Amino acid sequence: MANATLEAGAARTTDHRPPRDPLRAPWRAYVPMWLLGAPALVLFAALVLAPLAMTLVLTFYRFDPSVGPIAAFQFGNYVNVLSSPYYQTIFLRTFGIAAITTALCVAIGAPEAYVLSKMRDPWRSSCLLVILAPLLVSVVVRAFGWSMLLGTAGIVNQAFAAIGLGPYKLEYTTFAIVIALVHVMLPFMVIPVWTALQKLDPQTEQAALSLMASPATTLRRIVLPQVMPGVLSGSLMVFGLSASAFAIPGLLGGRRLKVAATAVYDQFLGSLNWPLGATIALLLLAANLIIMLTYYRMLERRYGRSMG
Amino acid sequence: MRRNGLFALAFHTLVIAFVLAPLIIVVLVAFTPDETLTLPTHGLSLRWFRAILNYPDFITAFVTSVKLAFISATLSLGVALPAGLAIARAKFPGRDFLNALLLSPLVIPGLVLGIALLRFFALIGATGSFPWLVLAHTVIVTPFVLRLVLSAATGLDRSVEHAAQSLGASAWTTFRRVTLPMIVPGITGGWLLAFINSFDELTMSIFVTSPQTVTLPVRMYMYATESIDPMMASVSTLVIVVTAAAMLLLDRAYGLNRILIGQH
Repeated sequence: MANATLEAGAARTTDHRPPRDPLRAPWRAYVPMWLLGAPALVLFAALVLAPLAMTLVLTFYRFDPSVGPIAAFQFGNYVNVLSSPYYQTIFLRTFGIAAITTALCVAIGAPEAYVLSKMRDPWRSSCLLVILAPLLVSVVVRAFGWSMLLGTAGIVNQAFAAIGLGPYKLEYTTFAIVIALVHVMLPFMVIPVWTALQKLDPQTEQAALSLMASPATTLRRIVLPQVMPGVLSGSLMVFGLSASAFAIPGLLGGRRLKVAATAVYDQFLGSLNWPLGATIALLLLAANLIIMLTYYRMLERRYGRSMG
Repeated sequence: MRRNGLFALAFHTLVIAFVLAPLIIVVLVAFTPDETLTLPTHGLSLRWFRAILNYPDFITAFVTSVKLAFISATLSLGVALPAGLAIARAKFPGRDFLNALLLSPLVIPGLVLGIALLRFFALIGATGSFPWLVLAHTVIVTPFVLRLVLSAATGLDRSVEHAAQSLGASAWTTFRRVTLPMIVPGITGGWLLAFINSFDELTMSIFVTSPQTVTLPVRMYMYATESIDPMMASVSTLVIVVTAAAMLLLDRAYGLNRILIGQH
């Protein structure tokens, strides 16, 4: 199938007739692209679009504690969630945590990728391994590790006690959730920034420096614009994953510090109110989409301008 | 190339310490001879590793997880590579829709997909089926493959391909000898990221696994919420050791930098 695109590509490049208006290209020209996309499209239509539509329908159902979900078309669940101060707090907390986590990942991951790119082997390879290796380790393991570190009798509080401070309540706080999330998400920032840095020609940096640009100016004017796509794609990934994170808040937030994901879980497995749970879940999804698309457009415009 | 300054190296050391701290603590606790999770431990013991042998649930779940991650990462590459090449290199009607759809699992919380797939599977009578679990995992790891394929294929210097073609290389040869080597880092990195994410996936799996198809993260999450003995630490240690070994093997066999980042 890849062959077909390339033939199409080859046909295009060797075509000496005047270029056609792309809007009036015959539909047959698109068949190779559609064929290439078809397996993915079928898979996603069946396992994403159809199930999501079913979930959307569920949010309009009525819920009776003795009977369960009853087929209906009403907006009671949305009204309940949106007007409840309890759920408003949960949504604010969820996106606050995701925003702080993303900011910290940019602040730590991007400079770290840059430092790594300046190192020499074998240090570079082994440090990269150390930074990325935790990716392979299950998120449950890492949540468990942080609960050992941050617990009332944990290492951090033992260290505080040694210098006459504490003990502080670190576990089951927003702080614990953010710290653990940054730990989990950091590789997702380092990898795209590193990839962008690898594409960067070190000679452009050399050139800037030899033209008397200060190291700070070189970093800002030469390196930064070129790694921005990496930072952007890393941030989108980190934000999306943090806002919908379930295991870390579930294990480190305790029973009282709910985020949207754990609230949905409670509705589904605790009170068995599936229509309400589905409503919270879809509102989380909608809010997530709106925030990320806005962010993407904003950064894309800025980045596009600085490059232009 | 400029070297790192002192400040940069201090920052780097702190980051490394931050990354390793929770893993080191888990390994230390795993060797406790005590009944409970306390630190510092009083001596060393393997009793909590022996305890795993009397708890085969963890072993079964591990095998399930590895199989699942391997198959779904490979399937995901199979659908995302052609789609990614089409998206990166041509304009066609439906391109933006396809791109958005394939990246959608990044913004659709695993929880939402979990709920949605639970209902879907119940409807088609596939609850607890391993093949359907594989497809569900394929969907959630595809964005990671697609992103790397896209970034590799978009940054390509097309003039190299044009050069190959003007020197008489056929379309297939150009793809195999010129394009493919240039996007290999994207492909292998994407596969690895997909494998990792499938192996790690907990949230969606909690909803769509049955007792027969329970994955390791789900089994561990359930264990961590039920009991608080150091077996959690010893299982976690084994997970860390096995994955570290796999990573080192990968590094030996292929070169980790090459896999993740694309240096040759």
